[in-house]
Amino acid sequence: MIPTLVVFAYLGVVLYIGIFAFRRASGAGGGAEDYFLAGRSLGPTVFLLSLFGTNMTAFTILGSAGHAFSNGIVTFGLMASASALIIPVSLFLVGPRLWALGKLYGFMTPVQMFRDRWECGHIGTAIFALLAILLVPYIIIAVMGGGTALNAISGGLVPYWLGGGVVAVVVMSYVFFGGMRGTAWVNTFQTVLFLAFGAVAIILIGGRIGGFSAAMESLLASETTAPLLTRERMPPRLFFSYMFIPLSTIVFPHISIFCLTARQMSQFKKTVIWYPICILAIWLPCVFLGVAANAMTDVPAIAAKLDARAALALLDPSAGAAAVAELPRVAAGDDVILRMLDHYAPVWLAGLLGAGILAAVMASDSQVLALSTMFTEDVFAYYGGKERFGERVQVFTGRIFVILVTSVAYVIALRAPTSIFNIAIQYAFSGFAAMLPIVLAALFWRGSTKWGALAVTLWTAGTVIAIAVFQAVIAAPAAPMPVWTIGGLQLITRTPGGTDVLGFMPVVPMTLISALLMYGVSAVTRKPSDQTIARYFLT
Amino acid sequence: MSRRSILLVLAVLALYGAHQDFWFRDLARPLVFGFLPIGLVYHVVLCLAITGLMWVLVRYAWPVELERTVADRTRSSEERS
Repeated sequence: MIPTLVVFAYLGVVLYIGIFAFRRASGAGGGAEDYFLAGRSLGPTVFLLSLFGTNMTAFTILGSAGHAFSNGIVTFGLMASASALIIPVSLFLVGPRLWALGKLYGFMTPVQMFRDRWECGHIGTAIFALLAILLVPYIIIAVMGGGTALNAISGGLVPYWLGGGVVAVVVMSYVFFGGMRGTAWVNTFQTVLFLAFGAVAIILIGGRIGGFSAAMESLLASETTAPLLTRERMPPRLFFSYMFIPLSTIVFPHISIFCLTARQMSQFKKTVIWYPICILAIWLPCVFLGVAANAMTDVPAIAAKLDARAALALLDPSAGAAAVAELPRVAAGDDVILRMLDHYAPVWLAGLLGAGILAAVMASDSQVLALSTMFTEDVFAYYGGKERFGERVQVFTGRIFVILVTSVAYVIALRAPTSIFNIAIQYAFSGFAAMLPIVLAALFWRGSTKWGALAVTLWTAGTVIAIAVFQAVIAAPAAPMPVWTIGGLQLITRTPGGTDVLGFMPVVPMTLISALLMYGVSAVTRKPSDQTIARYFLT
Repeated sequence: MSRRSILLVLAVLALYGAHQDFWFRDLARPLVFGFLPIGLVYHVVLCLAITGLMWVLVRYAWPVELERTVADRTRSSEERS
């Protein structure tokens, strides 16, 4: 009961922040730029913490520990240190330029910039459609995460449908009232909360189990768990592939739009420098605790997971479909952090830490706002709505769109299985990474054209659909299964976790071919006018 | 491209290569501080090295001219209005 009350108190604070931001916005006049971009006025600390928080999702705390529970320390190299390099470098290269062009020409979305940069209209609409479709699964999965987390934290007191509904209403309310300012402030508060979460959780659990040395030694002593402390089970090409995933970050609409909210360009400096440290502070405790959970057999739920994993390893291929489906579900580690807190933390602290987890789960706020901004600017305003009805109606439309998106996400979250959206997110990451050449070409290559951008958009949409269909038609096998082999070379392999192309994840060929298409198609098609190009290459 | 820019690009590529750490791939020991596997500590140190490189990038490769251009144009448009 106490953890549930603490979590609801946290939700109340978050709501208050949103409404406080609304009052501030009303004082500032409340135009479109103020609602969607906080009047391009965010200070350095809010900018850093909110940008970082915007990029953290339910996966960061729950999923990273779960992945580490099953796969070991390799999780940190796959996801944390790869992001620690790629994200700040892409923020350094792209962020200040996006900000500068937004400030000079009044852009509020990347699609507005693409339309202007390449003198195009409908191609911009195609880019908008793809970015919006790729973003939707994240919003749905966040609502699902909210339902699951509140249900787990309350010990089943709050049912899944109510938990998801409460989280959806809270997010919708502060985005509706507070816009970008409310979202940024809430994200800052949430980031502080889950930055503190990792350190508190590791000190608390370490203290309760008498330090981690014995836990690590016990894992090393067993043949089945010792590989969790190395990355020997991870094929080098797959490990390499993961470096391509964070290339998606700067293409995410909520990140690129957020780049426009800084008060000054120099605010990117702190963000670029401190980003790797923030990643370290959150991911290291989560990954380490996830690995260490393998030694915590005194926690009944974790012991059940380890038993299921052992049974899965010995599973007879002829076993019934129910066993094949049930064992991986029980063995999955997404809730190990919650189980550890439940077992080791005092109830009041479990509530605070639960609020930290919920903070990560609620990261869909900026995605909802980004979709609303894109809809009102790239569709409503572009096709004459702003001219005809004025800026007040545009902001009102944006707010209505926030309600609409959140409500639809909630209804879908109630009806669809989580696994579908987990897969959708897996390929949405690849899709956003494959769209990176568009952003880089717009900002750094005078010779790029709208036809190159269209080729990349069609290629990305086509490959995401192709992989989704491929995986729907060929069910996940228990062991890697070659599907297309030429001369002994395995071109495409269906794996238990997805698809391999020459041993790499699909994101690698998707991104490389995107870059080639951008170059090849632009090279043979007509460039924008010299005047337009001159506006984009200022120095 | 200036010599400084080439060096900075090479430094980023070097850290990109360092991320692949074939050298600690199969090793769990030594356990640093008695509980952190060496492969994990390596990536923690890599994150710290990346922070250092980001400082160097911001210090020596910041687009100062772009910043100045934006400031000048914003100021002149504010004066006009």
